Amino acid sequence: MTALLPLFTAIPVFSAILLLLIGKFDKKNFPRIWSVLTSLSLLVILAVIWGKGTIVHEMGGWKPPFGVVLVSDHLSRLMLLIVNAVAFLVTIYSYIYMKKYEDYLRFFTLFLFMLAGMNGVVLTGDLFNLYVFLEIASIASYALVGYGVDAEELEASFKYLVLGVLASIFILFGIGMIYSVTGSVNMADIARFLTANNIADNKAVLMAVGLFILGFGLKGGLVPFHAWLPDAHSSAPAPISAMLSGVLIKALGIYPLIRIFYNVIDMTPVISTIFIVIGCISMIVGALMGSGQIDIKRLFAFHSVSQMGYVIVGIGLGTPLGIIGAIFHLLNHSVFKSLLFLSSGAIENKTGTRNMKELGGLKEYMPVTSGSAIVGSLSISGIPPFNGFWSKLIIILAAFQAKNMWAAAALVLTAFLTLMCFLKFLRHAIFGEASERVKGAKEASFAMVFSLVIFAVLCLLVGIFNGWVISNIIVPAQSVITNKLGYISSVLGI
Amino acid sequence: MTLYFLDFVLLIIGLYALVVKRHIVKKILGVAIMEYAVNLFLILLGFRKAGIAPIFTKDMDINTFIHTAVDPLPQALVLTSIVIGLGTLALMVAMAIRLYERYGTFDMEEINRLRG
Amino acid sequence: MKKNKQSGMTFIVKTITNLIIGFMMVFGAYIVLYGHITPGGGFPGGVMIALAYILITLAYGRKVVESMVSGIAGSIADDFGALVILILGFIGLLIGGTFLFNFLPKGTPFSLFSAGNIILYNLAITVKVGMSLYIVFLALAILQRVVTEDETQEVRK
Repeated sequence: MTALLPLFTAIPVFSAILLLLIGKFDKKNFPRIWSVLTSLSLLVILAVIWGKGTIVHEMGGWKPPFGVVLVSDHLSRLMLLIVNAVAFLVTIYSYIYMKKYEDYLRFFTLFLFMLAGMNGVVLTGDLFNLYVFLEIASIASYALVGYGVDAEELEASFKYLVLGVLASIFILFGIGMIYSVTGSVNMADIARFLTANNIADNKAVLMAVGLFILGFGLKGGLVPFHAWLPDAHSSAPAPISAMLSGVLIKALGIYPLIRIFYNVIDMTPVISTIFIVIGCISMIVGALMGSGQIDIKRLFAFHSVSQMGYVIVGIGLGTPLGIIGAIFHLLNHSVFKSLLFLSSGAIENKTGTRNMKELGGLKEYMPVTSGSAIVGSLSISGIPPFNGFWSKLIIILAAFQAKNMWAAAALVLTAFLTLMCFLKFLRHAIFGEASERVKGAKEASFAMVFSLVIFAVLCLLVGIFNGWVISNIIVPAQSVITNKLGYISSVLGI
Repeated sequence: MTLYFLDFVLLIIGLYALVVKRHIVKKILGVAIMEYAVNLFLILLGFRKAGIAPIFTKDMDINTFIHTAVDPLPQALVLTSIVIGLGTLALMVAMAIRLYERYGTFDMEEINRLRG
Repeated sequence: MKKNKQSGMTFIVKTITNLIIGFMMVFGAYIVLYGHITPGGGFPGGVMIALAYILITLAYGRKVVESMVSGIAGSIADDFGALVILILGFIGLLIGGTFLFNFLPKGTPFSLFSAGNIILYNLAITVKVGMSLYIVFLALAILQRVVTEDETQEVRK
């Protein structure tokens, strides 16, 4: 059973190299079919290892803390489920969508490398190994954002590249600081050292904390490090926007923050306050700036910043209810934000524009796409019975329970702002009179519609069966997060 | 201690070049200098005064190796980090060439069609 | 003023290149093969061999070096290097139960044939890194050529 863990990174890399070799002879069909099969096989392996407790795999036979370990506990499995499910549906979507770029081979190779990097970040138990996989996923995403080499896409990709490299440099600096204090880079070993020696005010650890918040916050798109996010997420091709906003900012930005600040370094009241302040500012700034946008993908990208603020407030609150709300919102956001970006891609593919003022009346001409866009907009605004409502409710209740009235007020205000923005989007783009561009549009192709419908159905199902989802998937993840000593003992075996 | 301070000065020089200069190639060189600074910081962590290189030869006792050699773990980390930096730098240079083809200028102040 | 379209640089550079190339290749091979005993290993050796090819590109021009190792051959060699590493990892998974397990006999320390399959990893990484750097340089050289031709006709997008 432990031997299945390295397959999550090895199989996508193997598929990517095989694509490069065989794709020289068959450029059109082989890359697409093989990528769909690869992501499907990863989902099958995940179903095999689901629910087996904490699994630890030592690479090369070396025991920790000398070797690299791969740890799969409930939180890792939840993140693996999010990453691989969204990747599978996006691969099916891009079966048809990438036809206008006419270069399947390089797209799917980079996509598989990005998937391998994200799987590696989520599974690893070693800080430097996390940095290596983070760089693999980041470099693949830099190249994918500028994929159609137009002027604006290259500019967005260059901005994203420079800021991303800056973040990686700061993360490496932080890892060096932690190594200088503890003498090891294994996460469980660092946790054991810090709890055994009770170093709470060590200046090196404080500087490492600051550098990690800066670095991982930039990767996760929190304010004030969000400057790359609207440009990159709106200029990328639509399936890549869905992957970036749906899973990359979570697996590369929010998950390491959760893992480091709950399982490795302790969450002190100061760090908790910093998280809540950054979260509140992110929510409000994201929602306000998103309300002035005309380009629909830029609107969605700003709201990604805002929803990540929700998650960070939930994590900063520190109570079990807050963490449950935060992780549930992570799961929900990846579902409905991917849905929104994929539907915007379908709209752009058939009508040729992303400007809200030029669209209108899509309801009659593209019924399935507009239906799924309506479902996504209602979910993100927090309307019952869709899934966004339950997770936002849990976070607001957690804020009241922790007697943090400012955070609760900011949360409720942002919910209203989000609802306002998305009602504006629905009114301009979906309802209303049809413009000239829309009149010539047909419904999107089967592969694109398939992914959209599955995402919309998932929104509805997770919303209706939220009790089952919370008690079987979210609460075990929360119990792993707050149980630092359990993490240390299961990895080091002491 | 002065070594760490000088290393930090190198990081600040790289950050200055990245933020203040307008030419794309100078920004790329700023990123390269910052990566050098961080790699140097990692190696400095394992430094020991009057230490020998961590190569274990045939006629060496294990105790002399433990007590006099510098720390080899950061050197392994830095090898990986240099390779990653190489990949990123190659991508930046290729993107800078493509930006020149599209915009006709290397000046970053004029490459701002996306705003708002 | 049109540059002389004879490929490459002056005669002095070409002579020095002829003298140094063999030394660079042998030195790179030495770093790779003794990588498990002395400092070095796959990555620096691969970079040395790639630098030898880049020196030929700079001194003689792109067409000469493409006739020696073409872009497609370099790309295929690159993929084979990565494939060998993955296959070795999978064999380690099958034999030892963990990925990248060291399954060859370890031999005596300090001799050339020791440390199991680290030498195979070194050779695979040399091929991969060397060919990767070479192909990246070829691609940048091709891009440069397109830019200079456009410049003489003043085409700006």
